[in-house]
Amino acid sequence: MVEFQVIVNGIIEGCIFAIIALSLTLIWGIMKIVNFAQGEYLMLSMYLAYFLWNFFGFDPLFSLLVTIPVFFGFGYLTYKVLIRRIITASPFSQILTTFGLMILLRYIAFSVFGPNFRRILNPIVEGRISVSGIYLDTAKLCTAIACIIGFVALTWFMTKTKTGKALQTTAQDREVALSFGIDVEKMYALAWGVSIALIAMAGTFISTFRYIDPCLGDAFLLLAFASVILGGLGSVAGALLGGIIIGLVANMFGFFVSPAFKIVMVYIIFILTLLLKPEGLIRE
Amino acid sequence: MFHKIQSYLDFLPKNWIKYLPFGCFLIFSLIFPLFVKSSFHRNVMIFIFFYTIMAEGWNILGGYAGQFSVGHVVFFGIGGYTSSLLLVNWGVTPWVGIFLGGTVAAGVSALIGLPCFRLREYFFALATIGLAEITRISFNHWKAIGGTRGITLPMKFSFYNFLWQGRLPYYYIFLAFALASVIVVFIIDRSKMGLYLKAIDQDQDAAESFGINIFKYKMIAFAISTFITGIAGSLYAQYIQYIDPPSMFPFMISIEIIIVTLIGGKGTVFGPLLGAIIFIPLSEYPRTYFGGLAKGYDYIITGLLVVLLAIKRPEGLVGFRRG
Repeated sequence: MVEFQVIVNGIIEGCIFAIIALSLTLIWGIMKIVNFAQGEYLMLSMYLAYFLWNFFGFDPLFSLLVTIPVFFGFGYLTYKVLIRRIITASPFSQILTTFGLMILLRYIAFSVFGPNFRRILNPIVEGRISVSGIYLDTAKLCTAIACIIGFVALTWFMTKTKTGKALQTTAQDREVALSFGIDVEKMYALAWGVSIALIAMAGTFISTFRYIDPCLGDAFLLLAFASVILGGLGSVAGALLGGIIIGLVANMFGFFVSPAFKIVMVYIIFILTLLLKPEGLIRE
Repeated sequence: MFHKIQSYLDFLPKNWIKYLPFGCFLIFSLIFPLFVKSSFHRNVMIFIFFYTIMAEGWNILGGYAGQFSVGHVVFFGIGGYTSSLLLVNWGVTPWVGIFLGGTVAAGVSALIGLPCFRLREYFFALATIGLAEITRISFNHWKAIGGTRGITLPMKFSFYNFLWQGRLPYYYIFLAFALASVIVVFIIDRSKMGLYLKAIDQDQDAAESFGINIFKYKMIAFAISTFITGIAGSLYAQYIQYIDPPSMFPFMISIEIIIVTLIGGKGTVFGPLLGAIIFIPLSEYPRTYFGGLAKGYDYIITGLLVVLLAIKRPEGLVGFRRG
C-alpha cells in the first residue's frame, strides 16, 4: 500500500514541476532563451497571494483572479523592457541577463519582505482525503489538477486559436512569420506573458501548502530544468512527461533508497540526459 | 649608462605604456598596508586579490575558450577541502596543501570535462549547475569529512600552519597569488594556445575545420582554470579557518566570479583584475554600511550591474567589441 502512496505523491509533485517546466519550455520553444529567473517569478507570485490573504483576507483560490493577470502583465513588461534587447545577442549575454534578473528579483524581495518564512493559514483547500487507503493532501491534489488544466488550456490555445497558431509559426521560423504579417515582437511578448501567467497560477496554488521565503525559487527551478531537459526542450508533452518522471524518481528514490540523496539522483538523471539524449524523450 | 637603461627597457613589452595602470595598481597594493592599518579595509583588498585569482581562473575557460561554466564553485570547494583535510588529518603544511588542492581540482576537472565538453552553450552551463548541486549535497552528507559540521583548522600560529595573527601576511600572500594568476593568463594570452582558445570561443566548428584539436585545448584550459580555482579555494579555507559545505560551496560565488570577469572584460588579461577592483568595493561597502538596515542591497547592485552589462557591454570595460 505504501508503495502506491509514494507513487501517487510522486505523480502529484511531478505535475507541479511539470507546469514550471512548461513555462520554461514555452519561452525556449519560441525564442531559444533559457530563463533562469523563472523561479523568482514563482516566488513573487506566492508573495502576492500571501499579501492578498494577509491584508484583504483573500483565499488563494480567489487571488488567482488577481495574480494571473498581474503576472501576465509582469511577463509582458519583462519582455518589452529587457528581453527584447538580447533576443539576437550571444548566448553568453542571454544567460547573464536572465541570471542578473534572477539575482535582482530575489534580493529585491529579500530586502523588501525580509528573510522570514511566511505561510498562508487555513486556505479553503486544506486537509486531506482518503481514497481506498491512500491519503491525498487536498492542497497538493488541487495544485496538480490545476497544473493539468493549465496544460490542457495551453495546448488548446496553441493548436486551436489563431494567436496560438501564430505563436507556433513564430517558433518555427521568424522570417516566415514576418512574411505572413505576424507581429513577431508581439508574439514574443505574449509568450513571456503566458509563461509568467502560468507560473503565477502554479505559485498561487503552491502558496496554499508551502511556506514562502525569498529563496524558494531554487527548489523548484532546478527540478523543473531537469524535467524540461528530460522531456525534451521545447516540447509541451515532454514537459509533462519529464515532470512526472522527475517527481516519481525523487519520491521513490527518497523513500526506498536514501532521502538525503534524492535530489542528487534527479541531477544525475539530468546530466545523463544531457550527455546521452540531449534532445530529450519527446522530440519537438 | 643610457644604453644600459635602454637595454632594460627593451626587455619590457613593446607597448609598455598599456601596462602602466597595472604597474601603478601593483605598487599601490604593495604600499597600501603601510598607510592603512584598519583590518576592514585590508580585508577588502584581500578580497579583491582573492576574486582576481578566482576570476582569472574562470577567465581561462569561460573567457578565452568561451565555455560558460557556472560550476566553478565545485573546484573552489574541492581545493579548500583538500588542503584542510591534509592539514587536519596528516599534518601536511598548507604551503604544500594549496598546490595539492589545485592538483586535485584539476584532476576532477578532467573527469568532468571528458563527458561534458560535448555540450555547448546553454547545455554546458546547465550541466555545470547540476554538478555543483550534486557536489554540495554530497559533501553535506559525507560523514568522513565532517558533513554539515565542517572542519575547524588547528589554531596554532606558525608559518608551517599558514596561520598568523593579523591580516598582513595574508595580504601579501593573496597579492602574490593574484599576481601569479595574472601572469599565467598573460602567458596564455601570448601563446599559441591563447589564440586557439579564442578561435574556439568565436566559432567552434570553424576552429575545428582549421585543424585545431578542440577537445584537447578545452581540456587543457579547464585543467589550468580549475587548478587556479582550487588554489583560491585552499587559500580561502586557510584564511577563514573553518570550512563547511555552505561556506565552501556557495552557489553565488560561481556567479560572482563570472560577473567580476564580465565587468572587466572576458578573454582579456587585466579584465578580471579591473572587475574585482570595481565589484568588490561595490558589494563590500554597502553590505557593511547598510548591513543592519536593508539586507541584500549589495546583491541588488550586483543584479543591476549584470543586467546592464549584459545588455550594454557584453564584452566588458576593456574588451573589444566584435564586428
